[in-house]
Amino acid sequence: MKLFEYQGKQFFEKVGISVPKSKLIEKENDLSSLTYPCVFKAQVPVGGRGKAGGIQLVEAKEKAKEVLSQILKLKIGGFPVRKILVEEKIGVRKELYLSITLDRSQRMPLLMMSGKGGMDIESVADDLIFKEWINPLIGIQSFHIRGILPKLKLETDEEKKIGQIISKLYKLFRDYDCELVEINPLVISTNGQVIALDAKMIINDDALYRHPDVIAEHEDLTVLEQEAKEKGIAFIQLEGNIGVIANGAGLTMATLDALTHYKGKGGVFLDLGGTDDPEKVKQAFELMKKAKPKVILLNLFGGITKCDTVAKGVSAVISQEGIHCPVITRIKGCNEEIAKDILKDAGLITAETLQIAAKRSSDLAGR
Amino acid sequence: MSIFIDGKTQVVVQGATGHQGQFHIGEMLRFGTKVVAGVTPGKHREAVHGVPIFNTMGDAVTTTHANTSLVLVPARFAKDAVFEALDAGIKTIVVITENIPFHDAMEFIHYGKYNNAVIIGPNCPGIASPGKNVKVGILPSGIFIKGHVGVASRSGTLTYEIVNSLSEQKIGQSTCVGLGGDPIIGTTFIDALEAFETDKETKAIVLVGEIGGTAEEDAAEYITQHINKPVFAFIAGRTAPPGKRMGHAGAIIARGKGTAESKIKAFEKAGVKLARFPTEIADLVEKYS
Repeated sequence: MKLFEYQGKQFFEKVGISVPKSKLIEKENDLSSLTYPCVFKAQVPVGGRGKAGGIQLVEAKEKAKEVLSQILKLKIGGFPVRKILVEEKIGVRKELYLSITLDRSQRMPLLMMSGKGGMDIESVADDLIFKEWINPLIGIQSFHIRGILPKLKLETDEEKKIGQIISKLYKLFRDYDCELVEINPLVISTNGQVIALDAKMIINDDALYRHPDVIAEHEDLTVLEQEAKEKGIAFIQLEGNIGVIANGAGLTMATLDALTHYKGKGGVFLDLGGTDDPEKVKQAFELMKKAKPKVILLNLFGGITKCDTVAKGVSAVISQEGIHCPVITRIKGCNEEIAKDILKDAGLITAETLQIAAKRSSDLAGR
Repeated sequence: MSIFIDGKTQVVVQGATGHQGQFHIGEMLRFGTKVVAGVTPGKHREAVHGVPIFNTMGDAVTTTHANTSLVLVPARFAKDAVFEALDAGIKTIVVITENIPFHDAMEFIHYGKYNNAVIIGPNCPGIASPGKNVKVGILPSGIFIKGHVGVASRSGTLTYEIVNSLSEQKIGQSTCVGLGGDPIIGTTFIDALEAFETDKETKAIVLVGEIGGTAEEDAAEYITQHINKPVFAFIAGRTAPPGKRMGHAGAIIARGKGTAESKIKAFEKAGVKLARFPTEIADLVEKYS
C-alpha cells in the first residue's frame, strides 16, 4: 500500500526524522490559521505532482483561496486531490536523494543515495547514485553508512546528521515491512538543518495485518474491483471489451496476450486461482457478468482445480440467470471431458486450443 | 540425475494435518515420493496416510532422517517454520505458502544461504522429477512423463499447461521446478539454469517467465556466458497494462523496467527460442532438439 506524503511524514516524525512544520487542509475554512509564505502540496499517491501543478508556493494570504481551488480541481495520474499538505517554506542549500528499497535480484534491502536529489532523480547518471546492500540478518551497521556517505562529499557535521537519518529510515523500513521508503529531496537547509521535504512509503500488503496503525486512505479500485476484493477474487478491469477468466495469474496473462495477438482487447482480468469451490466460481462468474463484456473467454487448465468444478459453477449461473453475451471456452486437463459436456449443455462454445478460442473471441468482440 | 531432489529425497511436511496437507501427502505418496514425517504442533502421535506426525522439526528429523521439507503452513507462521527446518538441519526446503511478507522471505532466504540450504519459493507449486518418481509440492501428478527437458517457471498453472503439452507430444521432463511468483524468492532462474546445465539427464531447458523484476534479463545474461544446452522460453504479460498488479505480487510493471519487451529482447539476444503461445513451447522443443 502506498501511503500519502503526509502519512509518510507522520511516520518520519515518529522515528525522529525532521520534516517541515505543516498542516493538512481540505477546504476554504482551513485557510485561516496558516502562516505565509508556505507551500501547498496536493496529496495523491503518485509521482509527477510538481509537473502537474500540484505543488505551489503561496507568498501571501490573498493568493491562498485561488491556489486552493486550483489544486483541488486537479486530477493527478487519475487521482482526484482531496487533501492538501501546507508546509512552511524551507530555504534549501543542498538537495540529496535517499531511499531504501527491496532489491529483488539480491534479495536484500538496498540503500541508495545521491548528491543530486530533486525532481529529476530518474535522469541522474548511474555513477552519481551510490548503493549499499544490507544483509537483512544483520540490519544496518555503521560500516554501511561509512561505505556510502563519504561519496557524497558533505561537511562532517552534515554527515553525522545524515548518518543518523539513514539508521532511522532503515528502522522504519524494517519495522513497517516497507517495499520502499524514499526521501527526495532530503535537504540541507540554509540554517544547516537536515529535513525530509518529501516522503514516499510503500508497505507490503501481505504484512498489513501486523500494522493496525496504518490506515488505508485511498483505494485505486473500481466499484466491481472493490466488490471482488471483498470476495477474495483477483479481478481487474481493463480498457477492452472481452472478459477473460482463467486460473492462475500467469495463465490469465497468457490468455490476454493471445487475445492481443488476434487484435482482441481484454476488458476484465479474472484469475480464479486454485479454487476448487463451485460457489466461488459462481461468484466470480456473476462479477464478470456485471462488468458487461461483449464476449467472455474462459480458459482453464485443470490440475489441482478440476475442470468440471468450474464448469458446474459457470453453468449454474447461466441456467439460473441467463447470459447476455457469447461465452467461448477452452478447457484442458483434469476431468476436461466431463467439463466440456457440461458447458456444451449450457449452450457455450467450446474451442480446442487457446489460439482458436482467442481468435473466435476477438472476431466476435470486433463486430 | 535430476535437480534439487532425487531418489534419496525424504520429505517432512510442515503443516501436515490440514486439508491441503492431508491431500498432498496422499498425492506425493502415490507419485512415489518418500514422505517420512509430518509436523503439526500439538498433533503428535497422529498419522496422515500412515505418515507419523511430530510436534517439532527436531523430533521429526531425529526420528525419520528427513532431508527435505515441504512448507504448507499459513503465511504468518511461515518464517518460523523455515527457521525451524533450517535449525533442524534440513538442506532443501520447498515453500508453497503464498502471501508471506517480503521481509520474512528475505530473512529466511538469507538464513538458508548461511546454512548452505536450497530454498524453493515462496508462493510456488514445488518441484517434480518424473524419472525419479519424486515430487515435493502440489503440482498435478498426471501431467508429467519421464524425459530430458528441464522446466523452471515463475508461474503455476501456466507451467502445468506447458508441461502437459510437452507430455502430449511425448516430450518427457527431467525435473520441473516452480520457482514462485513473488518478488523475493529463494531459487532463481540462474540457480535452476546452473543445475540443469550440469544435470546429465537434462538435454534442453524451458523457462516460463512473466513481467516484473529482472529475473529473465539476469537469466539471459547467464545463458550467454554459461549455458550450452538449448533454452526455450515463454513470457506472460506482454499486454498487461503498466502499474496494474495482475494477481501475483511479482507481476507488476513499474518505471519501464521488467516489461515483456525488455525480457523478450534479452532472451532473443541470448539465443533463446521464444514461444508466442504456451503450447507452442512443445513445437519449438520438438523442432530444435
